[in-house]
Amino acid sequence: MSGNEPNPAATMARATPEPQPRPAKAADGKRVDHARSAKQFLNAPEHAKSHDTRVWAMRTKRDKQAHTIEEWEELRQLASDIKTHTLTHLDTYLEQFEANAKANGIHVHWAKDGAEHNRIIHEIFTDHGVKSVIKAKSMLMEECGFRHYMDGVGIEIVETDLGERIQQLDGEDPSHIVVPPVHKMRSDVARLFADKLGSDPENDDAHYLAGAQRDATRPLILDADAGMTGANFAVAETGGFVVCTNEGNADLSANVPNLHVASIGIEKLVPRVEDMGVFIRLLSRSALGSPITQYTSHFRGPKQGGEMHVVLVDNGRSKRLGMEQFWSSLKCIRCGACMNTCPVYRRSGGLSYGATYAGPLGLILNPTFDAHRYSNLPFASTLNGSCTNVCPVKINIHEQIFGWRQVLAENGHLPWTKKTGLAAAGKVLASPKGYRAAIKATNSALKHLPRWAIYNRMNAWGEGREMPSPPDNGTFHDWYKRHRLNRDGASHNTPEN
Amino acid sequence: MQIGLFVPCFIDAFYPGVGIATLELLERFDCKVDYPFDQTCCGQPMVNSGCHDEARATEALFVKNFAKYDLIVAPSGSCVHQIRDNLTAIEQTPEVKHVRENTLELVEFLHDVLKVEAFPWARFEHRVGYHDSCNTLRNLGHGKPSELHGEYFSKPRALLEKVAGIELVSIDRPDECCGFGGTFSVTEPEVSTRMGQDKIADHGRNGAEYIVSADSSCLMHQSGCAARIGAPIRFKHIAEILNGASQ
Repeated sequence: MSGNEPNPAATMARATPEPQPRPAKAADGKRVDHARSAKQFLNAPEHAKSHDTRVWAMRTKRDKQAHTIEEWEELRQLASDIKTHTLTHLDTYLEQFEANAKANGIHVHWAKDGAEHNRIIHEIFTDHGVKSVIKAKSMLMEECGFRHYMDGVGIEIVETDLGERIQQLDGEDPSHIVVPPVHKMRSDVARLFADKLGSDPENDDAHYLAGAQRDATRPLILDADAGMTGANFAVAETGGFVVCTNEGNADLSANVPNLHVASIGIEKLVPRVEDMGVFIRLLSRSALGSPITQYTSHFRGPKQGGEMHVVLVDNGRSKRLGMEQFWSSLKCIRCGACMNTCPVYRRSGGLSYGATYAGPLGLILNPTFDAHRYSNLPFASTLNGSCTNVCPVKINIHEQIFGWRQVLAENGHLPWTKKTGLAAAGKVLASPKGYRAAIKATNSALKHLPRWAIYNRMNAWGEGREMPSPPDNGTFHDWYKRHRLNRDGASHNTPEN
Repeated sequence: MQIGLFVPCFIDAFYPGVGIATLELLERFDCKVDYPFDQTCCGQPMVNSGCHDEARATEALFVKNFAKYDLIVAPSGSCVHQIRDNLTAIEQTPEVKHVRENTLELVEFLHDVLKVEAFPWARFEHRVGYHDSCNTLRNLGHGKPSELHGEYFSKPRALLEKVAGIELVSIDRPDECCGFGGTFSVTEPEVSTRMGQDKIADHGRNGAEYIVSADSSCLMHQSGCAARIGAPIRFKHIAEILNGASQ
């Protein structure tokens, strides 16, 4: 084919872009089936490949940035130590934060769970006659089901983060805590925006799409009655908080309307402003591999003529603080580095976790909310340990995944077949005779059974892999018996069989 | 020094050549090696699934078989990690502690204890991609993982570089997991297989003829993936190459 001719395959591919995979959600009361949802994601090969490539690129950029800082590993240790200290004295720092925030003119509220968080903010909105709200991205508000609650009471929430807005328009949860629509391709966004914003469905240029969203959202920002943000850090000694974004959307949300409400998880506390010198250096380098976010905004009180509210939210955090094996997960600064490095996350997509938090972080956080529903998640890991190594606050993530497996097994959350299968394996492997018989049977089956009897629905290994071949001359055990046992007492052992 | 050789269950069953190479290699360095005949498994399949109670009897048998040796050596990183770091279902008697503290993976033993300078009998005239298994790399400290800051080192590559004729190739994602993950390979078969295929492709496009590793479990998974898609790449355990295998 000459270089000038159009490639028919490429043209066809463009005419019918691969539809976006949409993993089925687990019904209420059911276990999330990560493996099944992951399979659905992998069945869309273009999306799967693009997702893995794009997320791996973030990990690569993170490595480059981290490696430019000689004291990187010391910084991680320092950040971890500051978090340990703060969490150890959390009550003191929370009270200090509250007192200083109040002195700055901030209204401070306490919410024990998501429901209380939503109710408190609803009351604030009712008092102020709020009908429309602009909001920056906040994983805590995802945890609380905030947008869903506000839908139910007729208050319009407009996401101002581009990625989160895409997910809102599509009626989907974020699949990544930093890059909410990272599982989508540009063609998916072009179709979505064409449908929701009236843009050109054939134009999937990123600048064009961002512009279309900007044009549609800016008027909503200017007309909003209230603005909401989360916080990356809350500083006890000042009663202020810090929000990091790349789009400046948090600043619009906080500054355009007269009412600013910030939802802050109680684990976000740090003692001093100077601690930011540690965390800000780590955060964006770990997340996206950029030295710093475009905007690092420090809020300390209401703007002139405005009103500022802070809702401090527990939602399971004090319970987690009391868990000996798992409390250090509260150190998390939500950078997403563990997701970017995780080979399972990159292959399966964030929505396959069926929970607020995807990836390694999700494996250890979600079971604290609902052990049974998320009991499969700690098994969606190869325990490779790279998540622990990239974590900027040194949470032993892979050890906690391992720990959760035991907790879930001991509390009856393992599927019956798995539990009984492993109990049977444990019996066989504890008996030399049983073990030898099992190996003999396996190798004999592999040697003599026809292919259809080995590769069937029951054989998950064989779905995409060949079984190992049984060795021609028997096991190592057989070889040792033949070659070494009869040689001048080389072994002190008496063979059993 | 009396060494107890642990040949993990799947190596015993499917890869006897790895056990033989390990034994012969240790004997080449005049080690006194014994193979306790009643050995089975380290308990890892149960423990990694959270079923510690179900692993108790297997762990007890392991200790019974190996407590009498000064050192225990095994050609499998994940099993050594299980014994050293996670063999906790049984009471931690002095015997148990002795076993856990004195179990070494083969590369560690050759590199750190014997400090081997040369393998004069070894010649492997092929392009080799080395596969760092996650357990050897991140739990046993075979080398510096790519995500950590610090001085580069790799014990298995240092050993392989002493083999005549060998050419080590680098791959694009040097230490990404290959997707075996124990029972993960059968509870998440699609993700596991995809990771395996990606790993093989990385080695293939960087010119490797062989994938070599200190963990036969990773190789069992990768070779199963390669055979299914007909990828023309071969697999060897590091013990076989250090013991003089030529292909």
